Amino acid sequence: MTKIIHEVKKEDSGLRDKLMKPMSRNSFLQFAGATAAATGLVLAGCDNDDDGVSTMGTVDLGSGDTGILNYAYLLEQLEAAFYVQVIATPFTGMTAAEKTILTDIRDHELAHRDFFKYALGASAIASVEVNFASIDFTNRASVLGTAKAFEDLGVSAYNGAGKLIENTDYLLLAGKIVSVEARHASAIRDLLNPFSADYAGDDVVTVSQGLDGAKTPAEVLTIAAAYVKTTVKFDKLPS
Amino acid sequence: MNIFKIIEEIEKTDPEVTQRLSRRDMFRQSSSFGKKVAIAAIPLAMGSMFKKAYGQSSSSVTEVLNYALTLEYLENEFYAMGVAASGLIPANRLAIFQQISKHEAAHVKFLKEVLTSMSATPVEKPAFDFTAGGSFSDVFTNYDTFLALAQAFEDTGVRAYKGRAGELISNDTVLTAALQIHSVEARHASMVRRLRAEKGWISGSSRGSLPSATQAVYDGEDNVTQGGANVTTLGYSAQTVTEAFDEPLAPDKVLAIAGLFIKK
Repeated sequence: MTKIIHEVKKEDSGLRDKLMKPMSRNSFLQFAGATAAATGLVLAGCDNDDDGVSTMGTVDLGSGDTGILNYAYLLEQLEAAFYVQVIATPFTGMTAAEKTILTDIRDHELAHRDFFKYALGASAIASVEVNFASIDFTNRASVLGTAKAFEDLGVSAYNGAGKLIENTDYLLLAGKIVSVEARHASAIRDLLNPFSADYAGDDVVTVSQGLDGAKTPAEVLTIAAAYVKTTVKFDKLPS
Repeated sequence: MNIFKIIEEIEKTDPEVTQRLSRRDMFRQSSSFGKKVAIAAIPLAMGSMFKKAYGQSSSSVTEVLNYALTLEYLENEFYAMGVAASGLIPANRLAIFQQISKHEAAHVKFLKEVLTSMSATPVEKPAFDFTAGGSFSDVFTNYDTFLALAQAFEDTGVRAYKGRAGELISNDTVLTAALQIHSVEARHASMVRRLRAEKGWISGSSRGSLPSATQAVYDGEDNVTQGGANVTTLGYSAQTVTEAFDEPLAPDKVLAIAGLFIKK
């Protein structure tokens, strides 16, 4: 932590003062996530004291159910960091109703993220560094389009990972979260194209069988890689 | 010690052992033995593999599928009738319900096909009474009543699938399909709730503006303990935590709700 603050100091001495003020750990992570792109801050450093499974710039998800939980933790980190930024720098013309929805979603994703971190304990991967350079946070279409992509990706990730889980308690846990991600996806899609069929559109739910997406970790992580600077090793995950 | 040798031994007393263990399980488990698992750990890993195979028979998988089919019959008929009822759904909301109706019809067809492919007999469609004996007599003439029941059915459907996913863990194909239906129901639920000026997600065990007769749909959604941890202690309000985690509903509770709409 001290080391990071020194790193940050090189780039922005004002930021150091902000960081040195008493802050809860959560608000530090939110703050750090929101400014990661601007400062090049490596969030991985925040967790160096409580896990031994990562080196700077690389995380290894591990194997078995732990690997799948780390996979979920990674995706929740990505979503949480995104929505923290969305609320920190609202797009032009964000309505009160949109802000309420997006703030709720941010809080859900933060709760998911911190739950996984807590549940994984010493097995948790470090916090990853995100790359949101392709997103224009001032632009509604860019933000909501990304939100839609993240939520649909999250749904298909959990749906595809279910069969890789051995422990039924973890399977239930994944089930408790995936339906919330699907509720988010539905709401975001409806913001983009109100009162149409898009909330569960033919682009994401098969017409013939009425099935939502299901993707393998490799498929999901290939897509997510565009938004994650940290190298993610997932070769030991069950398949 | 060789896993295939062990299975051979078991085959002498249980000729169906290889059918109980899916090929994927055998490959997944056995390939990891060589690489990572110490010999000493094999009995433990084997134990979990066999527990998985013997814990759920295929008859319980088909029982879950028939349970799901019963709920899909209910939803399918409800939306088919709603979409067909002239003057019920406003024209600028029709696309939403046509989409749900299309999905529920597809789910019915799909579940029947899966059951048939497993040499099981799909249950017959029950005779439904969506007025629940007169409690919702205007269900197909009053849009608000229709919406209220739609919300109750969708939120129940999400909880119902979630509550039985664990019983499908021995069958990867069926489990994945069930999860893929489960999240579609959640998309529906979010949309219908928002049409009723509710949040797309469930706060606490609140039924919102739904009639008190629907409270059973939401009982237990106020749970804040996940994986043994009270998530509110991580710095989140009970509202956020309960919204962030949907809860399962036991089959007896689900069938009690569905039973209100099945003709006696």
